Amino acid sequence: MNLSIILQHSLTGISLGGSYALIAIGYTLVYGILRLINFAHGDIFMMAGYFMIFSYSIFPWYIAILVTIVATIILGVVIEKSAYKPLRQSPKMSVMISAIGVSYLLQNLATYLFSALPREYPEIPGLKKIFHIGNIYASLVTFLTPVVTIVLVIFLLFLINKTKIGMSMRAVSKDYEAASLMGIKLNKTISFTFAIGSFLAAIGSILYFTDRMTVFPFSGSMPGLKCFVAAVFGGIGSIPGAVLGGFFLGIGETILIACGQSTFSDAFTFIVLIIMLLFKPTGLFGEKSIDKV
Amino acid sequence: MKFKKLLSLGLVLTLSICALSACSQSASSGSASGKKVIKIGIFEPATGENGGGGKQEADGVLYANEQMPTIEINGETYDIEIVNLDNKSDKTEAVNVANKFISEKVSCVIGSYGSGVSIAAGPIFEEAKIPAIGGSCTNPQVTEGNEYYFRVCFLDPFQGTVMANFAKQNGYKKAAVLTQLGDDYSEGLGSYFKTAFKSASLGGEIVAEEKFQTNATDFKAQLTNIKNSNADFIFAPSSITTAPLIIKQARELGINAKIGAGDTWENGTIIDNAGKSAEGVVFSTFYDENDVNATAEAKSFVPGFKEYLKKTNQPDIIPAVSALGYDAYLAAYKAIEKAQSTNGEKIKDALKTISFDGVTGHISFDETGDAVKNTAYIKEINNGQFKFLTTTTIG
Repeated sequence: MNLSIILQHSLTGISLGGSYALIAIGYTLVYGILRLINFAHGDIFMMAGYFMIFSYSIFPWYIAILVTIVATIILGVVIEKSAYKPLRQSPKMSVMISAIGVSYLLQNLATYLFSALPREYPEIPGLKKIFHIGNIYASLVTFLTPVVTIVLVIFLLFLINKTKIGMSMRAVSKDYEAASLMGIKLNKTISFTFAIGSFLAAIGSILYFTDRMTVFPFSGSMPGLKCFVAAVFGGIGSIPGAVLGGFFLGIGETILIACGQSTFSDAFTFIVLIIMLLFKPTGLFGEKSIDKV
Repeated sequence: MKFKKLLSLGLVLTLSICALSACSQSASSGSASGKKVIKIGIFEPATGENGGGGKQEADGVLYANEQMPTIEINGETYDIEIVNLDNKSDKTEAVNVANKFISEKVSCVIGSYGSGVSIAAGPIFEEAKIPAIGGSCTNPQVTEGNEYYFRVCFLDPFQGTVMANFAKQNGYKKAAVLTQLGDDYSEGLGSYFKTAFKSASLGGEIVAEEKFQTNATDFKAQLTNIKNSNADFIFAPSSITTAPLIIKQARELGINAKIGAGDTWENGTIIDNAGKSAEGVVFSTFYDENDVNATAEAKSFVPGFKEYLKKTNQPDIIPAVSALGYDAYLAAYKAIEKAQSTNGEKIKDALKTISFDGVTGHISFDETGDAVKNTAYIKEINNGQFKFLTTTTIG
């Protein structure tokens, strides 16, 4: 294995890790605020893919991106209002089961509406431009994914730690009853959290699908599961943890495949989950207290 | 609060109406008409990774049913009722669905697209003495040791050999094989290609063997390894969900090797999804609608089925699997006619003796239940269309 092959593999791993990280943040953000594992997140990500396909066929690319983001945010907020909000006072388990239900609903709805045949994802001008340095080939989106991820993380950390809405998000995450007694608008804050989570899913889906070119109703399920593991690995609730987890899984998987061990590439993800839960259930950067879910 | 209650009430009502109308549909076609009914099951995936192809095969069966909706048994006219169940491209689900066919008392089953599900459900059909006729399941294990499983298509060892021969004859010497883990079709076909390509008579070299997980979307790591092996031919039998991804990512990594695969790749979505990158891709298939040596059955099938495709808003290129679905129905029809019975065991015995011209050529079954076929069509993607290259006859 020579240097250019190693570099090519690293590029693949980092790019895959970047898109995993973006989805993992979506999980971790909602969990951090609501103590809810939003199992429908992977499917919101898949729906964002379909939104892009349809809006791209009508609008020029820059408006299509905007429409996709807005539509995904609306979808996320509507799901929160209709499937999670009525259960806010119920045990955590009920909300989680509701989330699993929404996930299956979205998958089957997409199969019904768009058929199980894969659909072509549009090419946003420039993103698929292929660069090659010597023997290494990669498209612009491969380089762009990790950069966008890092920029968004910095923006998110700023939003949560420095702004007023961020402060209310943190307050809600500590104790939402007390927070609402202090005059924080609970519904608005939670909807905002889902809006941010869906926004990240939309951006993640644009980067992920531009690189992988087709969308089908189940294309959100595996990335969804893996990114959930990434979030747990980094410590669910912690944004830097989710990013680290995303990159760790993406790179680890690529290394395994590169060594010819693709049999274990998916198993690797779940072994990581088991080991983490056995030895450090709070994850790398997780909070000390554990809620039973 | 009131509004919410109304909303939920409305939802419940709509759902129950949907459920009821679904019930009444299936009930009315049953014994209500007073006519005698014989049931044929469609055992195909409508969802999951093979959902697209499964639907095309089922379309062939449904079209055949439109053409031949009744059958004479012992002087009485029976309505042929189709029981269409989705095996979800999943081996566990396939077993559940097979059991449902038994409780539906079908006389015969057609399917499935995807060898894995057929292999999983085979023993259940055998135990219940229900003959099954596969359309496009090409793995040998489907019919092996199962008296009740038949198929109207050729087999993977043959298909693998055809592609290996094609590659060698066109001057390719180093081949890489890319297959899907745990998928009987993909791994089976891959290994037959391998055996044939490096056999003494062809003398090629297999330089890389890579595998990927079901539902994988990123093949760059595997393709980087293949690129590093300097292969000039990549054989990647896989589902149509993965095909465009493999093709595009290979070209993106600067791989110029010829890419080839098996019958599953004859599907318009590959051209739609892979676009320019798909140019030059080759595959073997069962059938060509423009074949000049076509049977009389094929000549009437082509215009009729095109009409059907138009009616259902699909592109009017006839997928080979639809033709096979039609042939499988035809085989069932001829066998029931010959057996003069709705009994599964008698239909099975009749299947062994029938011989007829189907859309995809002459069909009769050998001892294992495989159609005796020795011709494959090789097609290439050229200017955004499937172009017939050559037929290969072996043995």
